[in-house]
Amino acid sequence: MMIWARRQRALADYTLAALSRRKGKNIALVAIFSLVVFALSSAMFFAAALRHETTQVLRNAPEIVVQKLIMGRQDLIPGDVVDTIAGFRGVTSAKGRLWGYYYDRIDGANYTVMVPDDPALIPAVGHVAVGEGVPRARGLAWEGAPLFLSRYEGDLKRFDVDRTFTRDSALMTADLVLMNPQDFRAFFDIPEGLYTDVVATVRNQNEVATIVTKASNALPQMRFVTRADIERTYQKLFDWREGLLVVLAGAGLLAFAIFAAEKASGLSAEEAREIGILKAVGWDTRDVIAMKMWEGGLVSLGAFLIGTVAGFAHVFLFDGALFAPVLRGWAVIYPDFALTPHIDGVQLMTLGLLTVVPYMAATVVPVWRTASGDPDAVMR
Amino acid sequence: MITLNAVTKLYNEGRPNEFAALHEIDLTLARGAMSVLRGPSGSGKTTLLSILACMARPTSGRVSIDGEIVSGLPERFLTELRRTTFGFVFQRFNLVRGLTALENVMLPTVPLGADYGQTRDRAMARLEALGLADKAAMPIEHLSGGEAQRTAIARALINDPPILIADEPTANLDTALAEKFLAILAEERAAGRTVILTSHDPRIWEAEGVDRIVTLRDGRIVEGATGEGAITEGAV
Ligand SMILES: Nc1ncnc2c1ncn2[C@@H]1O[C@H](COP(=O)(O)OP(=O)(O)OP(=O)(O)O)[C@@H](O)[C@H]1O
Ligand SMILES: [Mg+2]
Repeated sequence: MMIWARRQRALADYTLAALSRRKGKNIALVAIFSLVVFALSSAMFFAAALRHETTQVLRNAPEIVVQKLIMGRQDLIPGDVVDTIAGFRGVTSAKGRLWGYYYDRIDGANYTVMVPDDPALIPAVGHVAVGEGVPRARGLAWEGAPLFLSRYEGDLKRFDVDRTFTRDSALMTADLVLMNPQDFRAFFDIPEGLYTDVVATVRNQNEVATIVTKASNALPQMRFVTRADIERTYQKLFDWREGLLVVLAGAGLLAFAIFAAEKASGLSAEEAREIGILKAVGWDTRDVIAMKMWEGGLVSLGAFLIGTVAGFAHVFLFDGALFAPVLRGWAVIYPDFALTPHIDGVQLMTLGLLTVVPYMAATVVPVWRTASGDPDAVMR
Repeated sequence: MITLNAVTKLYNEGRPNEFAALHEIDLTLARGAMSVLRGPSGSGKTTLLSILACMARPTSGRVSIDGEIVSGLPERFLTELRRTTFGFVFQRFNLVRGLTALENVMLPTVPLGADYGQTRDRAMARLEALGLADKAAMPIEHLSGGEAQRTAIARALINDPPILIADEPTANLDTALAEKFLAILAEERAAGRTVILTSHDPRIWEAEGVDRIVTLRDGRIVEGATGEGAITEGAV
């Protein structure tokens, strides 16, 4: 055991010397490898995070959302409609909501302003609770900094920030401003008794379609959006983007395959000669292979590590900046959002297996073929 | 005792460019002796050494070491033999480029899992004995031909092999260094090591301590096959 460990150490030492001796070539190798892993892992992290966001969004989505449409635009809904909806058979509850988007001229960001459904979350008058994206966008780093929002009339309104949400799902919380209903109505000039939309819960999921059909007949001005509709919308959005990512990932894998195949195609005369020499001075075929495994392992694991860490940073710290050109469509719905760090362990392992293993194989197979010959024949 | 029985070596066997480098060689070399193979260029000296030292397999015939037939052994055992039995100084040195002289000398010790510090000291001592102490840290490609050759000699001796084989060891050495090298060989032989050399160099044929001269031509032994060929029998 001691001898085995010492031998591995000696082989690893030799490997390090060998790697540093072909520094330029090996740096280039690690760079290409890392780049491929970077592209693949960025795509993977992004896709996984999107899927994670979807689940979050859907989990929080109400079963039915009712909007009032006039000339194709949303309009405020009077309180008696809420009561009507609550009265439909199969509907267990209906609630008027107050929410909307607020364009912040100061930092050019869009906030989602809403009165929370959960009474426990409703801030006191003159107070707000905000997602962490808001103070970030405003540059309000310090504790207890008040938030000034300008009304459409142009005057500034001061709010005290009660608390800041940390990330759970970035889509849900980052750009959120929670307000007291009284402040909300005053701020956006919405008279008492009117709501922006209505959410309804049903007794039985399977009845949603029937309820919606009936309700649409009774309230032809209203549009009923079910969770399934929301899911479809998101799915479309995500599918399209994931599709792009799959293409990107495919291209990355292809590049990697070419790269590995090139390596597997054979050793350079210099490398073959070195193997011949090692065998001639008493190295076993296994020693040579072990040495090359160290070499391949150090290169591929190192590159894998660099690539995934860079991919992680790219997606979660720099918001997938390099994907921005293809993914800009997001801004229409959720401007300026950051993905919640989310790692799919299985995917990460798959990526590792898809890159490290073929690379090791591509390294070792030609070495094994060369090393099992007579040293004399290999050396000459 | 190293014995070759009817050893034939064909290169590119079965192809149009097939070439017989050795024909039915019968040869026995004694342990503890210093033997020299000589012959014109292309006569098969290097090929014969490679087969002796288990670096290449004969196309037909048998090689045995101390009565044990080794020519048919699987690769694994041949590695073991190469590691424990032979130190080989190659005609073209076969040093690994990019490594230092010291690292090259230490190469044969890597798979032994020996203690690094001790091995290093041993390698340094070998280099020092050959006057290369100040070149130890130099990459091999910066060494002169003679320095590279001495590095190769140091490498061949690092594991203390019972049989030292050197292919044209003095080709790149000037008279002084060649003499020094011959003195080292004589010492090694006196210490009981078997030494097998090839050489074009009359200085070697005439050197003190040479027990045996075998002359090859066109892949055949033309003189000294049975060992009766003494130095006194003269040149080819
Ligand atoms: N791998 C090979 N393939 C084909 N022919 C070979 C090969 N190796 C050696 N030969 C041929 O076999 C013959 C003997 O070669 P070898 O190297 O044994 O000669 P040598 O006696 O050592 O010559 P020198 O004194 O020039 O070193 C030469 O004609 C050489 O061209
Ligand atoms: Mg030769």
